[in-house]
Amino acid sequence: MKVIEVADILKAEILTDRVNENLEVKYGFASDLMSDVLAYANNDSMLITGLNNPQVIRTAEMLDISTVVFVRGKRPGKEIIEMAKENSLTILVTKYTMFKTCGLLVLNGMKGIELNG
Amino acid sequence: MGDRFLKRYSYTVIANDFMLAGKGASSIKSNLKSLGINASIIRKTAIISYEAEINIAIHSYGGKIHCDIYENKIVIICEDIGPGISDVDMAFTEGFSTATERVRELGFGAGMGLPNIKKYSDRLEIKTDSSGTKITVTVCL
Repeated sequence: MKVIEVADILKAEILTDRVNENLEVKYGFASDLMSDVLAYANNDSMLITGLNNPQVIRTAEMLDISTVVFVRGKRPGKEIIEMAKENSLTILVTKYTMFKTCGLLVLNGMKGIELNG
Repeated sequence: MGDRFLKRYSYTVIANDFMLAGKGASSIKSNLKSLGINASIIRKTAIISYEAEINIAIHSYGGKIHCDIYENKIVIICEDIGPGISDVDMAFTEGFSTATERVRELGFGAGMGLPNIKKYSDRLEIKTDSSGTKITVTVCL
């Protein structure tokens, strides 16, 4: 799914100016626990989170995740947006809850990742 | 490929500084990129360094992380000053954590730090007592 489609489905605002319309995200991974993201997410995943602090961007950076969606209207501050831009990350913010965000994305064909074991 | 030592990157981790935590791992990552190392090795090394950095910031009085690059491996040495890990087996159990509520609010302290470090490493050695902890992690190239 293209990032621009994600933004449309979630009525989300894109906060970073690096909008690559061809950027594809294969899977969604929703969590407020960054250690779980580090344990399970892959670089094809889009991170969906209600956590709003610099460690979200750091976590995405370590995993080469390209896109982060902040849910429940959690709008990151300037510092976080700057950090995201430095790391060529695309950031979206939606007013929808985590549950509704995931539900809408799944209905529109986004997949979750499979955990091994 | 032999085990010739090539380069060391080091950085300091300050206790309880959760704004800064991750900056060291981030710089290791960009340094490894500039050396042209394989992306999946960089990812493993970045995750290990990041989790170690968060662990040191949460649990110790401060420490250092060294990332040694050899021809055939990367060795990440994480050293901190006290109080040490009282139960190492428990610390490696997924979901076990002694972190505070403040740390959990940041998205860490889920008890996945050391299990994650182990998961992404090829070899892991740990020495801990009341004066501090030293974790040596090897990622083979």
